[in-house]
Amino acid sequence: MSERQLYSLRGGIRLEPYKSETQSIASRRLPIPEKLILPLQQHVGLVAEPCVKVGQPVVKNELIATATSYVGMHLHAPASGVISAIDQFPVIHPSGLPATCIEITTDGNDATPESDNADDPHALDSHAIYRLIVKAGIVGLGGAGFPAHVKIREGTGQTVDTLIINGVECEPYITCDDRLMQERSIEVLAAATLIAGVMSAAECIVAVEDDMPAAMSALCDVARDGVELVSVPAIYPTGGEKQLITVLTGREVPTGLLPIDIGVAVLNVATAVAVYRAVVSGQPLTERLLTVAGDVPTPGNVSVLIGTPIQYLLEQFGMTDTSKHRVLSGGPMMGTEILDLAAPVTKTVNCVLILPRESHEQPPSACIRCGDCVPVCPVGLQPQQLFEAARISDVDAAQDLHLFDCIDCGCCAFACPSRIPLVQYFLHAKSSIEALDNDRTQADLARARYTAHQQRISAAAGSIAFAGVELADVSSLEPSDLQSDIKAAVARANQRRHDET
Amino acid sequence: MLLHHQEPERDSKRRIISRVDEILPQTQCQQCGYPGCLPYARAIVSDNAPIDQCPPGGQVVRRALVELLGRPGSSMRGADFAESSHVVVIDEPACIGCTKCIQACPVDAIVGAAKQMHTVITAACTGCELCIDPCPVDCIDIIDAADDLAHWRWQRLHYAGHERRMIARP
Repeated sequence: MSERQLYSLRGGIRLEPYKSETQSIASRRLPIPEKLILPLQQHVGLVAEPCVKVGQPVVKNELIATATSYVGMHLHAPASGVISAIDQFPVIHPSGLPATCIEITTDGNDATPESDNADDPHALDSHAIYRLIVKAGIVGLGGAGFPAHVKIREGTGQTVDTLIINGVECEPYITCDDRLMQERSIEVLAAATLIAGVMSAAECIVAVEDDMPAAMSALCDVARDGVELVSVPAIYPTGGEKQLITVLTGREVPTGLLPIDIGVAVLNVATAVAVYRAVVSGQPLTERLLTVAGDVPTPGNVSVLIGTPIQYLLEQFGMTDTSKHRVLSGGPMMGTEILDLAAPVTKTVNCVLILPRESHEQPPSACIRCGDCVPVCPVGLQPQQLFEAARISDVDAAQDLHLFDCIDCGCCAFACPSRIPLVQYFLHAKSSIEALDNDRTQADLARARYTAHQQRISAAAGSIAFAGVELADVSSLEPSDLQSDIKAAVARANQRRHDET
Repeated sequence: MLLHHQEPERDSKRRIISRVDEILPQTQCQQCGYPGCLPYARAIVSDNAPIDQCPPGGQVVRRALVELLGRPGSSMRGADFAESSHVVVIDEPACIGCTKCIQACPVDAIVGAAKQMHTVITAACTGCELCIDPCPVDCIDIIDAADDLAHWRWQRLHYAGHERRMIARP
């Protein structure tokens, strides 16, 4: 473990970790469920396109949907079976709306077919490695779901001096990365070396929170040259990408830019291991480690096939009745409530948290301008002023207050004595602004089509009947300006008619 | 707004018309009484037409026009706020292929041919509803455009209970 000089995080909160229950229990593997439901969108970017048909048999690791763009992602069958439906299924989303998914009825066969694995991954050039990562359909497993190949591609295209493997699981309850580092420490460090090599990063850091001593000692046992192991204070949200960069390097990612723009790449530790497995054994991402915690009889970490229904997962943990609970995907600070337990585990689900549903809910009260939200904001925003702007839907004011730098961490809402759901106001404001941009794009399309329509009609009318018809290039001319054009057009038409008779 | 003095009057007028047109929602619905958004923009600038005749634009459009033109808008016609976006869909088995809706569509968002089934290109439909009236068999329905994940927006107090989950206080 290195004694690196650390920089302090702006704001943040020291939270009760609630990690001890699951931190020290070995992970287990969940049996294959009868049905797997695979949403076509489990990532940031465009929806994948199914390449299988209903009724078609598939084997484990077979490609079932392909990426439609660079920022897209392939999807593979997590187990062998038959494609039984391609339809709308419930998914984990705050709206509760369904999404298109591929359903596989499994046959219980878990045998992995042979794959074309490279003998020595370090002998491959970075482009070959990139292709293997694209093929494996890997997204960021920390929660945001950004396609990993894009990050690595951008990392090889630009100068990266520092690669950070993020093992800082700062939300309470979640320990899946902790267990991964304890159980797969060799793979974690091999992955770090591999990715640092691909990106030609001079410095490679594996960062772990200081309340994960077992993970740190497991990593120290297999420490290798060129990979620095750093322990950072357990202050939420140190695990945020931009926050971790600041804590480790003292550098700040400027507003509107990405870490790559300041020469830093950050990959979640589970993502790095998935990349390593894709390169070494050609294994696609079809399974992930996640934490089941909270009010369950036997909390722990479990390796789950992507597509496993949450209901099935909870049954395996002895939870059959959840009527008195709320089930979250993710941690208590940023998690999303799972509204329908038929929804499946996706690539980005790192925790299924079961919390008691409280019967006495106090409504939020008015903002008392106490300012408690300001010092805790890790981005240095003014949540109180942002709230006022979001409350009255003043999108300009909200953007002037750097709304889009907000990382939705929830520290402000946590600190608020009036229990104002600040993050929800900010999410509302962000999606309103995105909707306005979207409306503008739609309007541009409609304008173009309207203009084309009018031009076609006037062309069909032989350019004679100009009255009432608008042309794009003469849009703002006064009709009087066009009298000569019209006269000429009428003359041409008369001439043509005369010629025809 | 400050205009460039050397500019010929016609050019500056053309510029204002196109800025008004940019503000209008481009639904081409004709609810303003003009045959489209551009004709309405021209009428606003050239004929001093009232700026508050656009129900799909609602207050957002009216406010932007007041700001651009410095002209007060009287009380809004119809809805005070922009109407929620919707699109139309053709009940395809019921369609007789009369092409009347195709002719009515201002943005060419309906495809089909005589005595062939017609269908709406949803991505291009502005929800102007001009196709509804001409349909002799009432096979066109209005549906909410925002009813899928791609169009969903966070509501302001949708998750008022978020902080209730925060039981992680030390």
